[in-house]
Amino acid sequence: MKDLVEKVTSGDVRTVARLIRDVDDGMPEVRESLKALYPYTGRAYVIGITGAPGVGKSTLVDQMVAHLRKRDKTVGVLAVDPTSPFSGGAILGDRVRMQRHSMDPGVFIRSLATRGHFGGLTQSTRSAIDILDAMGKDVIIVETVGVGQDEVDVMRSAHTTVIVVIPGMGDDIQAIKAGILEVGDVFLINKSDREGSDKTQNELRLMIEMDQRKHDKGLWKPPIIKVEAISDKGVDDFLDEVDRHAQYLEETAGGLKSRRSPDRVRQEMVEMIKARLFEEVLDNLVESGEFERTVDAIVKGALDPYSACENLVFPVLGELPSEE
Amino acid sequence: MKRERKIRVMVAKPGLDGHDRGARIIARAYRDAGFEVVYTGLHQTPEEIVEAAIQEDVDMVGLSSLAGAHKYLFQTVLDLLRKKDAGDIVVCGGGIIPDDDVKRLKAAGVKEIFGPGTTMDEIVKWVKENVTPRK
Repeated sequence: MKDLVEKVTSGDVRTVARLIRDVDDGMPEVRESLKALYPYTGRAYVIGITGAPGVGKSTLVDQMVAHLRKRDKTVGVLAVDPTSPFSGGAILGDRVRMQRHSMDPGVFIRSLATRGHFGGLTQSTRSAIDILDAMGKDVIIVETVGVGQDEVDVMRSAHTTVIVVIPGMGDDIQAIKAGILEVGDVFLINKSDREGSDKTQNELRLMIEMDQRKHDKGLWKPPIIKVEAISDKGVDDFLDEVDRHAQYLEETAGGLKSRRSPDRVRQEMVEMIKARLFEEVLDNLVESGEFERTVDAIVKGALDPYSACENLVFPVLGELPSEE
Repeated sequence: MKRERKIRVMVAKPGLDGHDRGARIIARAYRDAGFEVVYTGLHQTPEEIVEAAIQEDVDMVGLSSLAGAHKYLFQTVLDLLRKKDAGDIVVCGGGIIPDDDVKRLKAAGVKEIFGPGTTMDEIVKWVKENVTPRK
């Protein structure tokens, strides 16, 4: 274990890569490694990038990496792509846009698939962030497709969350409104040379203005930045805004420690307990064959799913159901 | 349910070869077979491919070459992997590769080479039989 900690903290690429794989594959041994590495975490600045498919997140991340390197920061990138719900496979293509950094020892890029585990994306992405943090990366960029609750949760574990939109996606902004607007610290309009970028900017501004909480004095008001990531226009200014947000966190929320605020720790613990319980309970049931027998009974109509669930869960919890 | 090793592969296009249709189709077939496929894009140097393969912790690198520099490029990928203590990563290849070169590359350590006409099923089956995710 000491060996592993030393290898990770000294930045050994192969060890880090394998550890992230173990996390992703849900190897139980990995928990001990994560425990041992935890004291070395909490030093990286985490930036979350999210937005609909095709808005240019990977291209943006590629340019961010280039600029951050110029600012003498080492960078870790976690690029999440969806797993096919049919085959369980995934094509992880974010790397295509970032390959020019692969020879740079100051950059570590890892593609992750969502895999569809319960609590899986959130938990394993969080652990991967911890690993890159312990590895000593100054900035960690997490790129996800902003479509599900899991992604919102991942974004909640970043210091600065960036929502990427493009002009002419009015309906998509509608979709974003519901869940992601609240977590956005910086709004970025990519491909802003396209028609309609002013309109998109106005729509975003309107939404931010309507969010009453953001009117309170001293609270962070998310800036809206226009960028053309592909031709590297506005990316440096955008990073300045991220810096400004970092400064704001420094003054109001304890800076780097803001990822470990009571609220966030509370939420993280809830998720961790959920995932762990689920894993332990279900593993047992599947192993004993109980799970399949129950499925069978429900399919045949011999049992209703509500009673079945109770039959499965209560014995494991070692308690009798309390009647209302 | 969990605790499963999923096969992770990388599909890479080394060198100055702009033909990526085959590589993309292979990537798609791998995905449909349930593998996680990292695609690097075109014009990769062997160094970039090897570094990416290590960072991504893949079990196999599939190299696609239709432009004739396969002997140098495949060999260099093999050498670099070994040099980086990652010789356990399986290397296979595909494309327009003459029989003589196939023999030489296989002798050098490329585990299999798939020529024109190979079906997706054959390739996927081969991967499932020959590439085991590390313990």
